Amino acid sequence: MTKLDSKIPAGPLAEKWTNYKAHQNLVNPANKRKIDVIVVGTGLAGGAAAASLSELGFNVKVFCIQDSPRRAHSIAAQGGINAAKNYPNDGDSIYRLFYDTVKGGDYRAREANVYRLAEVSNNIIDQCVAQGVPFAREYGGLLDNRSFGGALVSRTFYARGQTGQQLLLGAYSALSKEINNGSVEMYTRREMMDVVKIDGKARGIIVRDLVTGKLERYGAHAVLLATGGYGNVFFLSTNAMTSNGSAAWKAYKRGAFFGDPSFVQIHPTCIPVHGDYQSKLTLMSESLRNDGRIWVPKKKEDAEAIQKGTLSPVNIPEEDRDYYLERRYPAFGNLVPRDVASRAAKERCDEGYGVGNTGLAVYLDFKDAINRLGKNVIEARYGNLFQMYEKIVDENPYQTPMMIYPAIHYTMGGIWVDYELQSTVPGLFVGGEANFSDHGANRLGASALMQGLSDGYFVLPYTMQNYLADQIGIPHFPTDTPEFNETEKDVQDTIDKLFAVKGNTSVDTFHKKLGLIMWDFVGMARNKEGLEKAIVEIQGLRKEFWQNVSVPGEQTGMNVELEKALRVADFLELGELMARDALNRNESCGGHFRDEYKTEEGEAMRDDSNFMFVSAWEYKGVDKEPVLHKEPLIYENIEVKQRNYKTA
Amino acid sequence: MDLKLKIWRQPGPDAEGKFVHYPVHNISKDASFLEMMDILNEELVANGEEPVAFDHDCREGICGMCSLYINGHPHGPDDSITTCQLHMRKFKDGETVVIEPWRAKPFPIIKDLMVDRTAFDEIIQAGGYVSINTGGVPDANAIPIKKENADLAMDAAACIGCGACVAACKNASAMLFVSAKVSQFALLPQGKVEAKRRVENMVAKMDDLGFGNCTNTYACEAECPKDISVANIARMNREFFVAKIS
Repeated sequence: MTKLDSKIPAGPLAEKWTNYKAHQNLVNPANKRKIDVIVVGTGLAGGAAAASLSELGFNVKVFCIQDSPRRAHSIAAQGGINAAKNYPNDGDSIYRLFYDTVKGGDYRAREANVYRLAEVSNNIIDQCVAQGVPFAREYGGLLDNRSFGGALVSRTFYARGQTGQQLLLGAYSALSKEINNGSVEMYTRREMMDVVKIDGKARGIIVRDLVTGKLERYGAHAVLLATGGYGNVFFLSTNAMTSNGSAAWKAYKRGAFFGDPSFVQIHPTCIPVHGDYQSKLTLMSESLRNDGRIWVPKKKEDAEAIQKGTLSPVNIPEEDRDYYLERRYPAFGNLVPRDVASRAAKERCDEGYGVGNTGLAVYLDFKDAINRLGKNVIEARYGNLFQMYEKIVDENPYQTPMMIYPAIHYTMGGIWVDYELQSTVPGLFVGGEANFSDHGANRLGASALMQGLSDGYFVLPYTMQNYLADQIGIPHFPTDTPEFNETEKDVQDTIDKLFAVKGNTSVDTFHKKLGLIMWDFVGMARNKEGLEKAIVEIQGLRKEFWQNVSVPGEQTGMNVELEKALRVADFLELGELMARDALNRNESCGGHFRDEYKTEEGEAMRDDSNFMFVSAWEYKGVDKEPVLHKEPLIYENIEVKQRNYKTA
Repeated sequence: MDLKLKIWRQPGPDAEGKFVHYPVHNISKDASFLEMMDILNEELVANGEEPVAFDHDCREGICGMCSLYINGHPHGPDDSITTCQLHMRKFKDGETVVIEPWRAKPFPIIKDLMVDRTAFDEIIQAGGYVSINTGGVPDANAIPIKKENADLAMDAAACIGCGACVAACKNASAMLFVSAKVSQFALLPQGKVEAKRRVENMVAKMDDLGFGNCTNTYACEAECPKDISVANIARMNREFFVAKIS
């Protein structure tokens, strides 16, 4: 049995990373030219790592699913990126950013990793500015900061509402520079189908060219997956349409353990679902909660009248409105963390107080803020978001309150990695949202961009080099070996099997059904009975999928339905593991809320004596139960407390 | 609402394409344009036909993947948004909607409504960056930048690289796209060091790839989903002129 070794360097917390770098193995410049590295994904983590590894002198092959590396879903991040610069002189420090991140994650993240993240956060801002990322500035010419949830300081750097876009374009520009230098080979419209192992080590990948439909083989000394999260297992999420969990899932099936699969972030402020044809959900930035007040009607009959369309919210008098976040959490009010705000909205809607024609929405009302500050101020702060809302919903949020509802946004879980971001498969590294590492059970706002770039620019170029240092005797890997033959055959067999079904139900139909099971039982509130039911239903749906899915078209050439079918086939397995993990974790923490484990007031109740560990699941074969390994979480530098948002 | 769709179908890059008519029924006015396309594709799949291939990804107007030339306009009739943000309430019941791919020689059709925009990446590779490596850079606040310039640089950097400017232009010119990147760096001190070779290399690559010239019709600015200004083209021309005489 593989033993979990997190490889945390010895020594005091603040010196671990410095010590690691001081003692790690390096590869001399002449030898770097002889080493090949594969990077899958060109978001913040993948793009930054590919560029940095290439700058060091390695031969890098980069793969992305879109038509250009500039379009990875990191681009959609709006709010900002955290760093412990303490430019505003408001008391921030590396320790404080580390502390806030561990606490925000409800004490389910690894101390050493989070500390390193906080440590390199400052380098990220320096790097991005040097690249020409146009961050917001003050009139004095220096960088501007704003605040985000879960922090008492202003440490968020931003580029209007498009921070993710600007940071990604920065990484893309660095990558473009390396492509121009000839040390990066870029492969677009390619989807990774499987990892190839030789003598137990990751030595290559099989990809499908989405334009020609051909399977291709690529060998390398090491493979980095930076393929994002698996939020689309829920069908509806804020993720992009091609965001999927297949690369991570294939790695899992080849022996990489899956960490905390049930930890999913549900963002409280998204535009509600409007019809069964809907394809995705749109996020409204967390910043809106600074000035908007969240409410539902106090009287059930008012809520019902609104649902029928016979009553307008503007006609509900003040005394008949329930500002439930302000009522339940007087100290933090509308600015409680994402997991708490999401659950509170669901609770009200489940009780029948929801609004909109589906009853699955709550109001985010700017009336008081407009009265207090004037429409102009609100427009200056949130104009672009209000415009986006109006384009989608066709209602003027300056006049009628916005309707919002929680939606799947981010997966904290992912492939288990050690301190070096290496999975349990030697030579297989995982970065960004695709790994489980830094956010515990709940991610704070503006921390995803920080983690992606930290992994990509400042961690992986070191740790991968440490691994590659003893691989220099091995020449380029040929791909006409039995290992490549067998892995490609597995992929081809799966594709053949899908075409052989010749059923009459579309891929999306299965995906939507899976999404509903996941949302109902593995979503915002979970319980034993529901999770057990979900496992049975997912197994049933998976069986039905393989008997009845319809994949039209040919194997050769562009075939979007085949692409979707391959991804959904994996989601139908991944969803079950998520349910198993949630069922196993008999506590509530962060985004994982079990109805059975809550305080008398309905708040999440952790069980630190039994569950202060990372779940790392090992694949054991088709339709066999996976095996759970536990990585204990040890807090030596932080006092573990219950999160409290009722009093300051 | 019911619509008559007239969609360009082309099986592959070298195959001949043609318009095919598809009626769609009972489309909600609240659906997005791409959701309407999803509904059509579900129907086609149900009938065992191949769905219409089109590019899309984030569906919130930022990735630049979606395209579509709808009733003669890149990204359709609404202003300042991408196709994925366009909603059916902008159309009339019973209307005929003509849907074509971007049409420009440097953007060859891959299939149906999908085109290959690798040419844009090649232009960026020719110089759309600051040539620094990871690490060894000064503190972020060591480079003060005038707020007005930072804001103008951000206006230019907001380009999503969708290619609507090329599709809108009768010359298939990429001047708006290229000038947005040149301007971003022209406005910032970080980009000054290699300003000359940047603009020369990017413009040369643009010409090599077969993009046409600018004849100042400003169709690009009018159709740009991110409202990138043609003032950037003027700035690029200035940069180019300075580079040539220096």
